[in-house]
Amino acid sequence: MLYREAGQFKTSYSADQAMLTITLDRWFVFGLTAFAIIGVPLLASEYIIGSILVPVLILSIAALGLNILTGYCGQLSLGTGAFMAAGAYLAYKIATNITWMPIWLVIPLAGLCAAAIGIAFGLPSLRIKGFYLAVATLAAQFFLLWLFVKVPWFVNNSISGVPPAPPRSIFGIQVTGAAAGNEAKYLFVLAFVIVLAWIARNMARSRIGRSWMAIRDMDIAAELVGIRPLPTKLSAFAISSFYCGVAGALWALCYINSVEPTAFDINRSFQVLFMIIVGGLGSVLGSFLGAAFIFLLPIVLNSAPGWFGYSIASDTITHIEFMLFGVLIIFFLIVEPHGLARLWQIAKEKLRLWPFPY
Amino acid sequence: MTRPGNILLGVKDISLRFGGVRALTDVSFDIHEGEIFAIIGPNGAGKSSMLNCINGFYHPQEGTITFRGQQRRRMRPYEAAAQGISRTFQNIALFRGMTTLENVMTGRMLKMQASFVEQALYLGRGKREEVAHREKVEEVIDFLEIQSIRKTPVGRLPYGLQKRVELARALAAEPELLLLDEPMAGMNVEEKEDMCRFVLSTNHELGTTIALIEHDMGVVMDLSDRVVVLDYGKKLAEGTPDEIRGNQEVIDAYLGVSHD
Amino acid sequence: METLYLIFIDPFVQMAIEPAFLAEVLIGGLMSGVMYSLVALGFVLIFKASGIFNFAQGVFVLFAALNFVGLMDLGVHPILAFIITLGIMTALAFAVDRLVLRPLVNQNPIILFMATIGIAFFLEGFGESIWGGDVRPVRVGIPDTALFWETGFGEILVLSSDLFAGVIAAFLVTVLALFFHFTPVGRALRAVADDHQAALSVGIPLNNIWVIVWAVAGFVALVAGIMWGAKLGVQFALSTIALKALPVLILGGFTSIPGAIIGGLIVGAGEKLFENYWGLPLLGGATEEWFAYIVAMIFLFFRPQGLFGEKIIERV
Repeated sequence: MLYREAGQFKTSYSADQAMLTITLDRWFVFGLTAFAIIGVPLLASEYIIGSILVPVLILSIAALGLNILTGYCGQLSLGTGAFMAAGAYLAYKIATNITWMPIWLVIPLAGLCAAAIGIAFGLPSLRIKGFYLAVATLAAQFFLLWLFVKVPWFVNNSISGVPPAPPRSIFGIQVTGAAAGNEAKYLFVLAFVIVLAWIARNMARSRIGRSWMAIRDMDIAAELVGIRPLPTKLSAFAISSFYCGVAGALWALCYINSVEPTAFDINRSFQVLFMIIVGGLGSVLGSFLGAAFIFLLPIVLNSAPGWFGYSIASDTITHIEFMLFGVLIIFFLIVEPHGLARLWQIAKEKLRLWPFPY
Repeated sequence: MTRPGNILLGVKDISLRFGGVRALTDVSFDIHEGEIFAIIGPNGAGKSSMLNCINGFYHPQEGTITFRGQQRRRMRPYEAAAQGISRTFQNIALFRGMTTLENVMTGRMLKMQASFVEQALYLGRGKREEVAHREKVEEVIDFLEIQSIRKTPVGRLPYGLQKRVELARALAAEPELLLLDEPMAGMNVEEKEDMCRFVLSTNHELGTTIALIEHDMGVVMDLSDRVVVLDYGKKLAEGTPDEIRGNQEVIDAYLGVSHD
Repeated sequence: METLYLIFIDPFVQMAIEPAFLAEVLIGGLMSGVMYSLVALGFVLIFKASGIFNFAQGVFVLFAALNFVGLMDLGVHPILAFIITLGIMTALAFAVDRLVLRPLVNQNPIILFMATIGIAFFLEGFGESIWGGDVRPVRVGIPDTALFWETGFGEILVLSSDLFAGVIAAFLVTVLALFFHFTPVGRALRAVADDHQAALSVGIPLNNIWVIVWAVAGFVALVAGIMWGAKLGVQFALSTIALKALPVLILGGFTSIPGAIIGGLIVGAGEKLFENYWGLPLLGGATEEWFAYIVAMIFLFFRPQGLFGEKIIERV
């Protein structure tokens, strides 16, 4: 009975339309955010922060991006990796050529470049839908990656082709590159996560979010209530690519500390797609749950046999991982298309009635 | 009870072909401001095609459509929506993944102006607009008595309620001309009576001009001010319900006629 | 000016100077095109009958080939291995139908598409964990000698395995065409492709039909897998190369069997020509990675239904 909504009456539409309408939910989210900012850097180990939280948070941004396009607007994309790569390469290019620009501005700017590229590859959505569109996004995936590898301009003619991330600081604390501390990187990434997640929620409850969902659910009817299909789809492509671009830039600068093409190949695109399927299509919360789940699953799989004193060959683990991913995808699509986010909601609904379910 | 009014929508000599199939041939009629106008005819007579022409989904090869005195060239459906034409569909066309409230809110789409940044930050006009339009939408929800299903995803609603939500979405746009494609199809008597009540009060209280397609002749004759009859894509007759009832050609088209 | 010359004139000059090389490039391209065609053919069969875009078709090819090679390595006679694999593919079709398609019936096509991505991942892991992840050569006695074809303008090198592959593909397409037109099952399949409801109402059992279609697609995958394996060895790159079937279908149309064949040949020949005459000299090579997708994307603007597909008319 601690968690409840009974007795919380809303007296204005504005209160009813607030982001989190249940008081306890609101406190929970504020508390979690505060803990993430203050508690985690103090308590968590270097390994947890640097090797788990940072990548999971970055992938959450990418999952948010893909969820906007696929979950909200219903346009399937297999090119997430390429849009992340666009963000990574252009962030590198901007950071190394416009050295006076603060890094917190470089990353959104790289995101904007990715958004422009996203619009270009979203143009075919004018004529085609659904999985036909997958081809356009595959074109982006293969062409863009080829382009970044073949044109040395993107990496300032670096001989290896895989330049290290430029070290940049905010308030004198280094946040990018190999020499930066994990806590600093974590907080830097977290700032982006908080802002972008908040914006995603706002979009979802505003006109733009509703027009995406209308296009997703029935594009013909959407047009008849006055939604223009092309600008709506392109806005989803642009914003989605912006999120992916930011994620890619952070991945290169704050996680792997170098700009390399293999980090953004087609497997990355599939990984992020799996995150939103498992986490929940059309859910902001789901993007986070999915990212954590899909990223952690292989880690758990690899270490689990050790906990029980077994050892399994690493390629066997890879095979099991593949099979498990496949089964999970099918399972979630069949049983709960709204993914982990929906399971969480059901748990909450149960909790709301607990301990007296009648 | 024909209420005289200015012509709101004029259809003149419309012909529509799909390949070799003639869906509509030289159809003309006028819809006056404030009336309930019915389009009837046997299956395949071209009724839905007619509505599709009016709101820009199909483009007739010949003829003109004039709305509020302005002749229109080829237009897209969203442009028709922007001009004040809303409609409902024969097979419900709701956004199934969204709640009733969200569905009806999409009806306000064209009236909202907040910029992208205002929406993304949910500040200033972004927030004010959401609340203001929510109020309007709640009025429509009250009007159609669907308060209790406000936050239910429409995919889960029974058929009759879905039809009502669809009407709510169309009304939320505050249209000048409302097109209803078989609003009572598949309903039981009680649901039909409710729907008739809503159609009439929409017309009387909100002053909305309504053009509807319906197969239930009882409903058509009771509701409408004027009726046009289509058969095989051609106009057979036009007039008040009483005139139509007495028209021999219409009776022949519906009952069949023996050629002996 | 110099650049324009290199783009628009020089490649054609080269082609005219060395027609034998051009012919070799073309033949090589057409041969890889045959492979794309065969994968695309499996896509088309399933798409026509059930409206499902089976992303896993590429992995089907791999899985079938893996089973075939695995059985042969155990000492099973090729013909017996072929039959057993065919049985496995049919069982797979049955499993897919029961476990994946039925629970998802009437879902949005995108959901089904994503489910087939799940199938692809599962099968890839499953196949590897049974048969291991090494590259395996297929030895089914397809001769792999180099033939030199003497022509008026020079000698052309042709591999006999390539010729053999072409013949098999042509044979397969003919068999399928006959199957569709002259057997009751084939007619039922065409009826289902036209209209599910109508087919049901005249008493065609839809469920079995889906299993049959998926099994036929499995058969096509097996043939493709053996041929591909004979050429390059059975390896996991197969499944990603098979992604190329997507642009092939865009070109050929999603519902046309001849479209799949011709689309495959166009893509195969096109990317080899582009790579040899434009990609390598001007763009630094490796253009085969994206050429087909970009062409398909541009093509979509002009003919979304493909070369041979049916025009989609939307009704309200």
